Amino acid sequence: MPTRCLPSALSALRLCLIAGLTFIVVVPLAQAGPAELEQGVELIQTNDYKAVEQGVALVAASGDPRARDLLAALQDSKLYLRKEDGQLFIGARGEAGYDLVDPLTETAAGTAAKRDLKPIRINNRLRSQLRTAVATLNLTHPDASVRLTAVNEMLDRVDADSLALLRDLAGEEKNAQVREGMTAAIALADLQAEEPARRIEALDQLEGNLHPAVQGGIQRLLSQEQDAEVRATGERLLEAIQFKRDLYGFAETLFFGLSLGSVLVLAAIGLAITFGVMGVINMAHGELIMLGAYTTYIVQQLMPGHIGLALFLAIPAAFVVSGAVGILIERGVIRFLYGRPLETLLATFGISLILQQLVRTLISPQNVPVANPDWMSGSWQINSVLSLTMNRMYIIAFCLIVFTALYLVMRKTQLGLQVRAVSQNRAMARAMGVRSARVDALTFGLGSGIAGVAGVALSQLTNVGPNLGQSYIIDSFMVVVFGGVGNLWGTLVAGMSLGVVNKILEPWAGAVLAKILVLVFIILFIQKRPRGLFPQKGRAAEG
Amino acid sequence: MRLGTLHLDRGGQIFLALLTLTTILVPILNLAVPADSPMHVSTFTVTLLGKYLTYALLAIAVDLVWGYLGILSLGHGAFFALGGYAMGMYLMRQIGDRGVYGNPELPDFMVFLNWQELPWFWHGFDMFWFAALMVMLVPGVLAFVFGWLTFRSRVTGVYLSIITQALTYALMLAFFRNEMGFGGNNGLTDFKDLLGFDLQSDVTRIGLFIASALAVAGGYLACRTIVTSKLGRVTVAIRDAESRTRFIGYRVERFKLWVFTFSAVLAGIAGALYVPQVGIINPGEFSPINSIEIVVWVAIGGRATLYGAVLGALLVNYGKTYLTGVMPDAWLFALGGLFVLVTLFLPYGIAGLLRRKETTA
Amino acid sequence: MTKTRFMASAAALTAALSLGMSSLASAADTIKVGILHSLSGTMAISETTLKDTMLMLIDEQNKKGGLLGKQLEPVVVDPASNWPLFAEKARELLEKDKVAAVFGCWTSVSRKSVLPVFEELNGLLFYPVQYEGEESSKNVFYTGAAPNQQAIPAVDYLMNDLGVKRWVLAGTDYVYPRTTNKILEAYLKAKGVADADIMINYTPFGHSDWQSIVSDIKKFGSAGKKTAVVSTINGDANVPFYKELGNQGISSEDIPVVAFSVGEEELSGIDTKPLVGHLAAWNYFMSVDTPENESFIDTWHTFIKNDDRVTNDPMEAHYIGFNLWVKAVEKAGSTDTDKVAAAIIGLETPNLTGGKAVMLKNHHITKPVLIGEIQDDGQFAVVSETDAEVPGDAWSDFLPGSKDITADWTPPISCGNYNSVTKTCSGQNY
Repeated sequence: MPTRCLPSALSALRLCLIAGLTFIVVVPLAQAGPAELEQGVELIQTNDYKAVEQGVALVAASGDPRARDLLAALQDSKLYLRKEDGQLFIGARGEAGYDLVDPLTETAAGTAAKRDLKPIRINNRLRSQLRTAVATLNLTHPDASVRLTAVNEMLDRVDADSLALLRDLAGEEKNAQVREGMTAAIALADLQAEEPARRIEALDQLEGNLHPAVQGGIQRLLSQEQDAEVRATGERLLEAIQFKRDLYGFAETLFFGLSLGSVLVLAAIGLAITFGVMGVINMAHGELIMLGAYTTYIVQQLMPGHIGLALFLAIPAAFVVSGAVGILIERGVIRFLYGRPLETLLATFGISLILQQLVRTLISPQNVPVANPDWMSGSWQINSVLSLTMNRMYIIAFCLIVFTALYLVMRKTQLGLQVRAVSQNRAMARAMGVRSARVDALTFGLGSGIAGVAGVALSQLTNVGPNLGQSYIIDSFMVVVFGGVGNLWGTLVAGMSLGVVNKILEPWAGAVLAKILVLVFIILFIQKRPRGLFPQKGRAAEG
Repeated sequence: MRLGTLHLDRGGQIFLALLTLTTILVPILNLAVPADSPMHVSTFTVTLLGKYLTYALLAIAVDLVWGYLGILSLGHGAFFALGGYAMGMYLMRQIGDRGVYGNPELPDFMVFLNWQELPWFWHGFDMFWFAALMVMLVPGVLAFVFGWLTFRSRVTGVYLSIITQALTYALMLAFFRNEMGFGGNNGLTDFKDLLGFDLQSDVTRIGLFIASALAVAGGYLACRTIVTSKLGRVTVAIRDAESRTRFIGYRVERFKLWVFTFSAVLAGIAGALYVPQVGIINPGEFSPINSIEIVVWVAIGGRATLYGAVLGALLVNYGKTYLTGVMPDAWLFALGGLFVLVTLFLPYGIAGLLRRKETTA
Repeated sequence: MTKTRFMASAAALTAALSLGMSSLASAADTIKVGILHSLSGTMAISETTLKDTMLMLIDEQNKKGGLLGKQLEPVVVDPASNWPLFAEKARELLEKDKVAAVFGCWTSVSRKSVLPVFEELNGLLFYPVQYEGEESSKNVFYTGAAPNQQAIPAVDYLMNDLGVKRWVLAGTDYVYPRTTNKILEAYLKAKGVADADIMINYTPFGHSDWQSIVSDIKKFGSAGKKTAVVSTINGDANVPFYKELGNQGISSEDIPVVAFSVGEEELSGIDTKPLVGHLAAWNYFMSVDTPENESFIDTWHTFIKNDDRVTNDPMEAHYIGFNLWVKAVEKAGSTDTDKVAAAIIGLETPNLTGGKAVMLKNHHITKPVLIGEIQDDGQFAVVSETDAEVPGDAWSDFLPGSKDITADWTPPISCGNYNSVTKTCSGQNY
């Protein structure tokens, strides 16, 4: 099939010629040079995925030192055509629009606004090709960690050319880890060798390697293997791999459970104050979380380009916003309702409706995008099987920090002492000179502010929209009650254990059934301990 | 007996009188008055009123346990929905071979999920008496078992409220599952007729409206009977001082259990009347927010008066119907604001307002 | 204080009285068009845009001189994502407001809920969202995609162009994913895919914790065969799903996800970095370069007064549905339901992406199928496109129950579920 040529540029005819030619001419690997690179760059600028593919192949094979940056830029969608003159640049988002670098001369070429640039688009097939190409080029990168990533990337996509390259490089490689990776890649390719002895040798080399590509490779081998000895070795290896995977799988489940638990604790801990300590059934708690998430969005909008910093600033901002709204609710409505706890449910339910609609009217009924800073994405690769996602680890850590801070406030500060005094015996506390009205307002503000902080954390995990609060309110009440009303430790333990139980049940019961079972478990547990995990003791507890 | 029940219950007397008047007038204005007359009541309004009345019955059920027994149930929507499902299953079986796939036995959604035969729990629902029994039995038994466990363990206060919420939440998730055999998220729809009457005809709608009105009146009188009896005085004592009542020697959990179960049965009946009038029952009815809303109706109307619950249910739902049409973008402000204002300025709800008038007059 | 209370009770009394005095008084000089989309509750996220789209289309039509010499008057109500309320509001629009046609609904359950009302009161409903099929009502016109206009071409693309051998069918547990997955399962098996190479997973609405499921998908995909996820995950649950995919290091080259419910609107609420390269199958993309689309986007931006707002597939469906209705009313010379329903069949109107949409006898329309890859600006780059428009199929050929059923609303059949083997028409209320 001839290449489809788009008459988009003046040099269309020339490009077509090149594109046509490269289908016939097999690109030689060894003797390539700057000419290939330039030819490839021309092709990359066409509007045709097939031609771009050819171009990438040319550039990758050119052996030119500029090739790596060029391909990496294309992979990250950082290659642009300047609209006025059709020139190709690598663009990086800077303070004043995009900073441009000419990929051929590798010199800075000023800046340009986004609308003056046309990005070079790529599709999945190209992405896959680019990944192999960049990984191959990175095999000779001076930084050992880059080489290691590259070799792991390549593990299951080794072809004849890169195999030869790997064999060459493996001999010279100084870093043990990288060498190991290269040996594994070569062994994987050797699994397809003709002689059974070499296949067994390859299998031996792969022993203990947990990389999914290894498992996949062995499975592929077994599906068509005739030789009995090779089969036996392969099966033994697979079993060992499976055992280890199960073991790490359990650790992973535990981690998942703890991170789900952290989310539950974060969502519930503000409620543990307003509901647990003050006895206010705060149905607007979810909306206070939502306000925190929206605050994150607004702070990010106010300071574009500083996603990470904005996130940090959003924490105090959300605390203040939600806390202020909380105090407003307390002063405006709830303080008239003390002694009538069930009616706070009614009033705060009304407030929650108003807050939801307020966000719909003022901001948008749609979800808003909250960006994740780079350090929140990705995962911490412990080994090829077990990797812990960064954002979840931050959430667990953040949850513990918030909990500790709140615990200290309640235990070590004057305010905490007064809060506890008022919640245990209001009249007595007043008699001792505690200004109970002020304490009420501050406590409610504290609980609401913490809800706002939880909103910042949730904005990194889920949708930020008007319904955000609704999806957490039921779970929050469940956690507080399960833990025992009025007990911060209870909330922590309850949230974490519900998270873990849920995640342990999930693989064999499915997500929905797991949740149902957890709810049934809570109902039955409350029968056994009618006041939660950590019941409040003493006279005040008797209602 | 009846006079005794309503003795000293001015609100109840007015309410029942108004209800009787409406029940007589509305069918006449709908059927006998020509459609272009200003006095004509459209079928739309009749269905709407019928729906409100089922909500009113539900509110009475909640008021009985909340107002007189002190149990804030945040899960009464579950009993309502279960009654609704029982009725829905009967209506589904009545479709027979008139479904889109023309299967004489299986409802459409089962054909569609490749089910070969009717699940065991669907048997019997082709008979009205069985379905009618289940409407009361299923919510009743659930409430009995739940209450027996809970009251015996002396779970009270917010703990009780939250686990009733957990109950309805768990049921919602369960009914959402298509494997359960209740139609999943879509629930049960496309009903054709009830006891041979076409559900789309005006006469059937009028009939359902009258049935709902009778149910509300019956439910009201029954609850009123309970609360004015000796049993009622014990329940109020439990509400106000549970431990003391227990120390005096009453088996508190038994009183609670029976009243709670009765209330659940009432809610189930309300659900069964609701479904043929709105034409759909789906797991959304189990959602915890719905149950909270019911409590809100009772609080708006006035707790522990029974007729206040009816008033609240009618008013809030009418407000919803009216405002979602008139100010679709801002009705939540109005409704939310109403909730806040009523709590602040009418601590005893709207019924409290009437009662205040009564005493000052 | 007592005065306020008196006022409150007076207000309550008037409200109660006005309930009885409903209906009546519809001005004869306008044609009313009902808009039945949730403006609050869970579905407001998606449906509010469609309400605005309808207001824009009606506004444009009025600028052109209205319809049959009359101005169009939109009647907006809020069914609040509450399914029984949908039925009530539909009845209100038809019986009280006497609208000529209703444009509305999003979820299947809302459509199922209003269906009996439209059939009883003989109204017209234009339903703009891709759905599971298995339905064809006399009173409903389906301008979104049926499964054969979205799912099957997408799977073909994955199979033929990307060489996918192993399949994860992940969806939210409701009727649309269930049906689509059943159709796809049958289709894949017919293509020789083994049972062991298909993984099916359902999650509840708004599922937010995807850690275990994504980890399962990762394991499923590491068996050495090219794996893809066919996602029928509903709206809200998508963001955490894609985030988790990104965080667990699954890129679009490893395991591409093709989604049927993720469009420009959903992407505008997400940080799209982790999604780049994943796919979606729709009948419209905002990025498609045609003069019609450009002018539609311009009109939309002017109307909504925000240049950042995106357009999406259901909006185009409303655009097509509205234009077809206008043409049908003009052809029939009346807004009478039966006349319009008879006139609309066979009418055609341009798509925004080129080609024509034709209203078929089964009340579905013809649509082109586009497969797009998500770009980092939240737009889609089209990577594949069907050669011609695909006619919508109400009853799937891949489901045993509906193989023999067809819909044809022209005489002599005039039936939405006509069994071509037994020659009978079942399930009709009229």
